[in-house]
Amino acid sequence: MIKKIVSKNFDIKDSHILKIAKENGRYSSLEKLFSLSPQEAVEIVDKSGLRGKGGGGAPTGAKWKLIPTNGDKPTYLIVNADESEPGTFKDRQILEFDPHLLIEGIICSSYAIKSNHAYIYIRGEYVFWAKRLQTAIDEAYEAGILGESVLGHDYKLDVTLHRGAGAYICGEKSALVESLEGKRGHPRLKPKQKEPEWFFDYPSVVNNVETISSVPYIIKEGFEAYRAFGTEKNPGTMLFGLSGHIQNPGVYELEFGTNMLEFINKIGGGVKDGKKLKALIPGGSSCHVLKADELEGITLDYESLRAHGSSLGTGGMIVMDETVSMPHVVKNLFEFYHHESCGQCTPCREGVSWSDKLMGKILDGQGTKKDLDTLLSLSFLLNGKTICVFAPSVAYIIDSYIGKFKDEFYSLVK
Amino acid sequence: MSFKFNKENEEKFQKLLRRYPKIDSLMLPCLWMIQHQEGWISPETMEYLAEKLNKSPMDVYSVASFYTMFHLKPVGKYNIQVCKTLSCMLRGSEDIKKHIEKRLKIKAGESTQDMKFTITEVECLGSCGTAPCVCINDDYIQNTTPQMIDEILDGLNRWSN
Ligand SMILES: Cc1cc2nc3c(=O)[nH]c(=O)nc-3n(C[C@H](O)[C@H](O)[C@H](O)COP(=O)(O)O)c2cc1C
Ligand code: SF4
Ligand code: FES
Repeated sequence: MIKKIVSKNFDIKDSHILKIAKENGRYSSLEKLFSLSPQEAVEIVDKSGLRGKGGGGAPTGAKWKLIPTNGDKPTYLIVNADESEPGTFKDRQILEFDPHLLIEGIICSSYAIKSNHAYIYIRGEYVFWAKRLQTAIDEAYEAGILGESVLGHDYKLDVTLHRGAGAYICGEKSALVESLEGKRGHPRLKPKQKEPEWFFDYPSVVNNVETISSVPYIIKEGFEAYRAFGTEKNPGTMLFGLSGHIQNPGVYELEFGTNMLEFINKIGGGVKDGKKLKALIPGGSSCHVLKADELEGITLDYESLRAHGSSLGTGGMIVMDETVSMPHVVKNLFEFYHHESCGQCTPCREGVSWSDKLMGKILDGQGTKKDLDTLLSLSFLLNGKTICVFAPSVAYIIDSYIGKFKDEFYSLVK
Repeated sequence: MSFKFNKENEEKFQKLLRRYPKIDSLMLPCLWMIQHQEGWISPETMEYLAEKLNKSPMDVYSVASFYTMFHLKPVGKYNIQVCKTLSCMLRGSEDIKKHIEKRLKIKAGESTQDMKFTITEVECLGSCGTAPCVCINDDYIQNTTPQMIDEILDGLNRWSN
């Protein structure tokens, strides 16, 4: 069940310090890396089947192949360390316990896409983690691991840490790039065909911290070794989080395909204080909620969760026990989305704030059946009519919570 | 105009210029530097920054006002940020907030008269596994209990007296 690839060094004392990190295998993939051509490195990552860990599960190799290889223009790697999806706190474990793994991954990935400068966009609140990462970056420069010539090879790489300033939407990749360009974090319209991200006029790749941290193992051990874990369509491992009413909250690295209930009960220790499970959000607040009786047979991979009407998302599971009031959960989530909407699209800006107000009215005992009907119809307004998938997430919340816990909502209205 | 980057920030600015393909990217780093230097971001500092980055003051304001961590008005010396999002709510963040409000005799969103403390409700701090989470200025308090809050507030009061 537990399989430590990315989290291998998490329990080693002082593993964030270069010397200790090196003693425990950090930067040992680079010898192999520099024996490969960039194209070969891309090919290995592509064959490994590595999928993005930021929530979408997009194949990493395919994304890298969108970068033009003619070398006309500089290219950039942008690492997404914005981590702000409610229920998600995995990337910070990497930043805290193994920042050199991330730097090693950045070297492998930048080399593959022929980039000489990588940016790490870290959420503004992570001050402690930004300092820790900056210290590791400084150590790496000092040791000649970053800079003009990476470990004496004919390859130059700079890494710059860039702090966000409190905006959930900047985790969305195009909003993140806008923010990195010094603007408001407004997501961009999706192009018709698959394209790289454009940082100013330069083709760029945005990848999550954990995705990039998975690359050194693949480069060093080969794609077959990575594929030995997980399932055919979901190779390898992922960091899963447990929070809410769970006995042992935390982050655990599991093979894809692990049985969800077994994980929750054996490793998570079951519901806190011996209470009964009521519901669970599988991967951050933006996915459909699942009722306790829907969890039977679910395995932790993209396909299984989709087949069960939800999604794997960021792997950050939020557990709710029998005492939880679903209307209050929905109000809490609406407040989050209301606060965080970037405001570009009218359906999102108005729809989310309206939903929040309606839910407030219902919880105050002033709501009518018609208000609940209005709320359900807002789901239609929010779904599929906006620039990014923020608004549809709110539609999923409306549909899944009211759909699955109907009585709790209808008992509140006249 | 009297605001200027201090020497340290000016040096940092010059260094950062070389690390981005365009000067535009320096917007957020510069807003951070201003906030560290002044404690908040005043209209005057935004005019200064606009000139430095070849933007209009309105451009700077538009960006600064988008991000919740930039203070466009002064805040208390200790900004107590209580996470209110789901995982923290499930683990008792409401009680923590009420406890702080009672101790400081102000509501969330307000500052004490002497501008020593501000209480702010914030969204998920990425610390859901150690909920409830409170962040005082830059420091995370995890698995927060009312007793911990008492000890910290007592300490802060003792210090700055
Ligand atoms: C509203 C929204 C918020 C997001 N927040 C994050 C985030 O905090 N961190 C992250 O890595 N990806 C986040 N993503 C996903 C990114 O857009 C992007 O897909 C990801 O960073 C790509 O990296 P990956 O392929 O390595 O997962 C978010 C997406 C959306 C729509
Ligand atoms: S859906 Fe909402 S968050 Fe996304 S771009 Fe539109 S307004 Fe912004
Ligand atoms: S919900 Fe409070 S830290 Fe995530």
